[in-house]
Amino acid sequence: MIEVIVEDRCTGCGDCAEACPSDVLRVGGGGKAVIAHQADCQTCLLCELYCPADALFVWPEVDRVIGVTAEQALASGQLGAFRRDHGWGEHAVTHTNQHWRMGAIFERARLLAIETAAAQTPSNTARHEDIR
Amino acid sequence: MSEPLSLATDVLVIGGGLAGAWAAVAAAQAGADVVLVDKGYCGTSGVTATAGPGHWWVPPERREAAVADRVQRALGLGDPEWMRRILDLTWTSLPKLSAYYDFSTDEAGQVQYRALRGPEYMAAMRAYALAAGARILDHHPALQLLRHGDGSIAGATGLSLRGETPWTIRAGAVVIATGGVAFASRLLGAATNTGDGLLMGAEAGADLSGMEFSNYYTPSVASTNMARSMAYSFARWFDADDNELDIPNGPDVTPHLARALLRGPLFCRLDRVPEDIRAIMPQVQPNFVLPFDRMGIDAYRDRFKVTLHAEGTVRGIGGLRVDDQDCQTAVSGLYVAGDAASRELVTGAISGGGAVNSSWALSSGQWAGAAAARRAKVTGTRADALVIATGQAGLSPRRKAGDFDAAGAIQAVREELNAYDKNIFRRGEALTASLERLDGVWRELSDHGQAKGRAALRLREATALVAAGRWSKAAALARRESRGMHRREDAPAPDARLASRQRAQGLDHVFTRFETPPAQAEVA
Repeated sequence: MIEVIVEDRCTGCGDCAEACPSDVLRVGGGGKAVIAHQADCQTCLLCELYCPADALFVWPEVDRVIGVTAEQALASGQLGAFRRDHGWGEHAVTHTNQHWRMGAIFERARLLAIETAAAQTPSNTARHEDIR
Repeated sequence: MSEPLSLATDVLVIGGGLAGAWAAVAAAQAGADVVLVDKGYCGTSGVTATAGPGHWWVPPERREAAVADRVQRALGLGDPEWMRRILDLTWTSLPKLSAYYDFSTDEAGQVQYRALRGPEYMAAMRAYALAAGARILDHHPALQLLRHGDGSIAGATGLSLRGETPWTIRAGAVVIATGGVAFASRLLGAATNTGDGLLMGAEAGADLSGMEFSNYYTPSVASTNMARSMAYSFARWFDADDNELDIPNGPDVTPHLARALLRGPLFCRLDRVPEDIRAIMPQVQPNFVLPFDRMGIDAYRDRFKVTLHAEGTVRGIGGLRVDDQDCQTAVSGLYVAGDAASRELVTGAISGGGAVNSSWALSSGQWAGAAAARRAKVTGTRADALVIATGQAGLSPRRKAGDFDAAGAIQAVREELNAYDKNIFRRGEALTASLERLDGVWRELSDHGQAKGRAALRLREATALVAAGRWSKAAALARRESRGMHRREDAPAPDARLASRQRAQGLDHVFTRFETPPAQAEVA
């Protein structure tokens, strides 16, 4: 769930509020993004991806607020990690999109499963088209 | 306070996920004025945006074999002609995205079109739809359809979440692309997938198909929604005493995991994931690694607790029934695309997974969008004609409006539809009990449910969840056999007489009927 927006980093651009699929965020009176409907957050992480200032911090648990502070978020080293791994903005050159390798990874898993089960039944043939 | 929005357009697309975006592109390219309304934001809404779909991407010379294999696995409910159609359109469509999506190139210099990463795919689709000329209204959920006196579709009304003001859009044709229904599970990206389009379509007179196939499940780190499951194809599974369980990974892993979870906590080790794959995982699936990193779990060394999230019809199958080649429903002027439609034609009784479902979204979206544009050109928008609002339960209570507990209704749906013992291992008695409970919720809701502003949206979502839950239970009850993902513990074998698709419809009274079985009935 969205836990905190680091006010010092937020530029008030409103990109996070626009992008949130559950309409959780608003740009508040002070010109900074605020969490307006926290309980509606679905923990999709996409606000972090759309924030060019790396000001938002989402905790992976979906059912409760754990109360992360701005200081804790900054100290975690995780602010902006998701945008970095996606290679958005300034990370485009260093973090290229390797998603296309999924097919080959599934194939490795399938072969490993066959190898592992060789002594038993040869039924472990996951078809990667069926798995996300 | 902003003014209520009222406008007229040729084509209205409801939902801006993968199918809706493709529909908007196709309708706009066919020369129609297009408005796309999204409950959230076209680009992050829907289950594609948080995932990374492959497509059913098969070169022409291998297609007949792929279709033959799929027809066999469809267990009597698939249609090879529809499979060929989506294979063909997928092959010609994805390269057209090159201006908006930065396709990767493999070591041999081949451009890789098959699999696209979710956030980038949907950002590309938004850009593509806008470039084609579609107008996008984000944070504008639809609440009900409008129809003409002759029964054909006239538009929709809804709510603009900013300012909580109503909107009315009149259209010559409407495409429903609201996604599958995840029955309020914690599935990644599916919080807005509450079945709104199924409810709106049924109220307007459309019927559904395949709603019994609504029980696909995906593993995830406990207490999170992170249903990116690729790494679990390398998993080893353990019980609370750290005994390794004999669970083979593969397409049939779910019942094993569910049985283990019914016995107690279930744990996982991913220590068999090869080192080179670990190294690139953050750039393959950035969201998969995030919960581990933040919660201080070493994904490839530590044992961690897992759960199974219900996907409902998302990677289940059911939805509004497609009535012709253009993806029109049984209602004139109402089209359906993506997971809001039944995918039995291309998947049969087993999940289409990410690949077939994405190809279906891409294809059905374009067919629906182009056909809606053609229709709107012929009929016009008829924006001055008097129209009938079709929305009922949750909008206009039959009796005195009262405090209906929408959160309680959603919890009832969650309990009845997602519990492993009720939904994976099905039995007639339990299905009947679930249906009775949901019927009770429905009566209460349609008698007294009404709300304003944002709460009105939540109430309509609850209404749609309850309606979809009832169609699902009724269809599962009537299919007294096991076929594909539908598993009846009290009828564990397939019944050749039931080798046909099953339709569902009705609001206050839900009923189902089987289509005539095909001449060549499956040999059970």
